[in-house]
Formats: sequence, C-alpha cells, structure tokens
Amino acid sequence: MRRTVLIALAILFAAIVIVLPVAAIFTRAFAEGLSVWAAAVTEPETVAAIRLTILTALIVLPVNIVFGLCAAWAIARYRFPGRRALLVLIEVPFAISPIVAGLCFLLIYGAYGPVGAALQPYGIQLMFNLIGIVLVSLFVTCPFVVREVLPVLSVTGEDEERAALTLGANGWQIFRFVTFPNITWALVYGAILATARAIGEFGAVSVVSGAIRGQTMTLPLQIELLYNDYNTTGAFAAATVLALLALLTLVLRGIISYFHPARGATA
Amino acid sequence: MPILQTPMDALRRRRRSPLPGLGLTLGVTVTFVTLIILLPLSGLAWQFAQLGWSDYLFVMSDPRTLASLRVTITAALLATVVNGIFGLLLAWVLVRYRFPGRAALDALVDLPFALPTSVAGIALVAVYAQDGWIGSLIEPLGLKIAYTWWGIVIAMTFTSVPFAVRAIQPLIEELDRREEDAATTLGASRWQTFRSITLPQLSPGILTGTGLSFVRSLGEFGAVIFIAGNLPYETEIASLLIVIRLDEFDYPAASAIAGTMLALSLIVLVVINILQTRLYRKLEGAA
Repeated sequence: MRRTVLIALAILFAAIVIVLPVAAIFTRAFAEGLSVWAAAVTEPETVAAIRLTILTALIVLPVNIVFGLCAAWAIARYRFPGRRALLVLIEVPFAISPIVAGLCFLLIYGAYGPVGAALQPYGIQLMFNLIGIVLVSLFVTCPFVVREVLPVLSVTGEDEERAALTLGANGWQIFRFVTFPNITWALVYGAILATARAIGEFGAVSVVSGAIRGQTMTLPLQIELLYNDYNTTGAFAAATVLALLALLTLVLRGIISYFHPARGATA
Repeated sequence: MPILQTPMDALRRRRRSPLPGLGLTLGVTVTFVTLIILLPLSGLAWQFAQLGWSDYLFVMSDPRTLASLRVTITAALLATVVNGIFGLLLAWVLVRYRFPGRAALDALVDLPFALPTSVAGIALVAVYAQDGWIGSLIEPLGLKIAYTWWGIVIAMTFTSVPFAVRAIQPLIEELDRREEDAATTLGASRWQTFRSITLPQLSPGILTGTGLSFVRSLGEFGAVIFIAGNLPYETEIASLLIVIRLDEFDYPAASAIAGTMLALSLIVLVVINILQTRLYRKLEGAA
C-alpha cells in the first residue's frame, strides 16, 4: 500500500514537472501540421542558427577533448605544486551561473576589457561574434571531459604505462595503445555531455553573442527571438530540434552506462 | 607568465614520474585554464575591486536591485525545499522499488539537465500559461502561475530537480537495511525507523542535493525569463537585472550584482562542504 502510494506520487511529480513541458513542445510544434513545422524549421534565419550552433559545437568538441585529456593526464599522473588548485579551478565553471560567466568574458575580452582593448588596434574583436560564442561555450563545457576521464585514469594506475615505457614505447604509442583503450568510454561520455551543453547553452552565450539576426544567433537564442516576435510555432519548431537532441543525449548516455555500468554515476 | 613556470621549476627539484608528456599536457592545461577560466574570473574581480565600497553600496541599495535579489532568493529557497522533498521521494522510489517503467523514470530525471534552458523556458510557459494544460485548469480557481513569482519557482524546480535526486540516490543504495530491520524488530513504527535510522544517514546527500539545487536556482536564467513576467520589483530575477545593466553599458552595476550573486553561491558551496565533513564525522562516530 505504502509502496504503491510512493511510486504513484513519484510518477505524478515527474509527469507534471518533467514530462508535461516536454510533451507541450511537441504538441505545440506540430499543432498546425507537419508541413508548417517543416517550413518553420527550414526558415533561413533558423537554418543559419542551426548552422552556427553546429559550427560552434564542432570547434568546441576537439578543443574540449584535447584539453580534457591533457588536464586529466597531468593531474592523474604527476604531482606538482598547485595541483589541487588546478582541480578546483577546472570545476569552477559548474559553480558559476551562465549570466555571470558571460559577464566575466565581456569584462576581460570585451572592447572595454584589458585584453579586448589591447587587441583592438590590430582589428581583432573577440566578443559579439563566433569567437566570443566559442570562448564562453568552452568555459561552460570544459569540466565535463576531465570529470569523466580523471577518475578512470586514477583508478587504472600507471603500471601498464610504465611497462610500455620500459619496452621502448614512445609517448604517443603509450597513449594510443595503453591509455586510450582504458579511457575510451569515459572520453566519449564526457564529450557527449560537453557537446550537448555547448549546443544548448543559452545564458552565457546570450551575453556575448551580440544577437545579430541571422549571424550571431545560436539555436537556443533564436528560440527566444522567435518567441518574442510572437512566432510561437517557429519557436516551438526550433525547440523540437533541440529537444530531440536532448533525448538523443539521454539515449546515448543510457547505452553507454548499460555497457559500462561504472559510468553514468555523475551528472 | 610566472604561472607557466613555477610548477615546472618546482618539479625539476622533485622526484619525477618517468612517464613522458608532463611538459606538453601541463602546458596545454595551464594555458587553457588561464585563458578560459582564470582570466575571465580575474576580469570580474578587477572590475569589482575598482568599484569601491560606496559605489558598491549605491548599486546594491537600489530598491530594484534589492527586489530582484529578494525575488531570486525566495523563489530559489522554495524550489529547493520542493526538490528536497520530491528529490528524496524520487530517489527512494528509484532505488527501493522495482516496477514497470522504473528505468524510464530514472532516465527522465536527467531530462532537465539535457534540455537547453530556453527550450525548457518556452515549454513551461506552454504548460502554465492561461491557455496551457495546467494554466487553463487553475484559471477558473483564480490561480495564476505563469508571469508570477510562482512561475519562477516552477522553472527553478524543473532545472534543478536532477541535482537533488542524483545526490541522494547513491546514499540510499548504500544504506544498511539490517539497521532498519533491527529497528522494526525492536518495535519502531515505519515512521520512527525512517526518522531516526534512515534520514540521518541520508542527510549528507540531502544536504548536497539541496545545496546544489539552490545554487543552480540562484543562477538560472534561460528557463526563468520566459515564465517570469520580468516585471521590475515583482518578478525580475537578479540575473535578468545584470543583463539589463549590461545592455545599458552600466558595467559597474552589472559587476556589483554579479559579484554578489557569485559570492553568495560560493558561500553556500563552502558551507555545504564544511557541514558535509561534520556530518560524515558524526555518522562515523555513531557507527
């Protein structure tokens, strides 16, 4: 009896708070039929936003992988002064709200910030364009890969790598044939989370994007724009694209944690 | 840059790991962290330091600023309480019971993490506005959620519920059920057992979960602004006021509010950490 009540309550809460809003996106988007949805998604500005979002994700992904691997390797394999501080610093983006993060970037890399002002005479502008969007996206996503790979590296230990070294392997060979196979899934998992976040980031990007129609609007920003233009069908159609990507992320996570149960414990 | 050199210099004096790649990996890491994390943070610190006390107090004593902080903090507190209760319930149900759809429910909990906040924002409006599924239900009762303070609470609850569930879940998995059985054998009622055996052991998880949920709620922007109504003094959150000040090129005011919000979040995180250590020590002492 108690069991049934608790389960029912939990399901009811999840249904009202989580499922209902997501269901609403799809009902609204398809309310006027598939063709209206298709027309809304292929609207030039929306297509430009999708393109910019993909471009950003494609730049951010490899940088995140390289940084994540380097940071995890350095922190797991060596002891150096400032190691703990480095660990804390890498976690900082998770503790900072998106708007504050965007503001931090404006203050240093914007036209009035020390770095931004120094670069201006050379005609280099870092904010209100693709560079700015990429920089803040890196900020909000950089902890993900480290967070997944570091524990795996620490648990595996370095015996195998030392053995490879004794047998004459060089740095790249050790990484490619010894380290990489151990961390593949953690890396993939972290990269998926980071990419999903990069695609969906709204607050931080909105501060530094400059919001130029058809140029610096990522898809999450475009949704706000369409919505404020009273183009709700367009907004919900664009939202379905991101909602589907979010569902895909969950499915991929599920698959990875099914095959590698150790994964999936962290958010 | 001294940051690049100091760790390396010190290392040469230490025992070195024989594995190659220290220079390269640490170099990449330190460069990235400096450019992407450290420099932007110092930007805020620099702007904040330039403000001076009187300027800071001037910005913060503005009734609109104070109202936005009150709206943000009270809404975040209520969302956190809701998430504490339902987070515990969801985590409990997911760990202790096996029922059809359990795996789906487990996956659903992560949906708010995965869903971009602007998508969540318009989705919540679609449900809670007057023409929405829930909004139209409660309208005849004279109740309004969208474009009120309650809407802000709903949006914060949505985006931060996974923090609570995922922080409590592992602790329920580790619970020693024999202690509960023992309590029951000794004649404790279910509620007594839960109150005095189970809940204390879960308290570190509840603390972390609600703390993280509160911090996330304080900073939530995307999901909130659509459903909030954004009326100054009434439904304007602090993050939105930062954006408004930025649009007015009032960087000092934006930084003052942002610095305050950041300090508040960091204090909450540090307090959780300290309490956490104490709780664990107490639990270990009891065991």
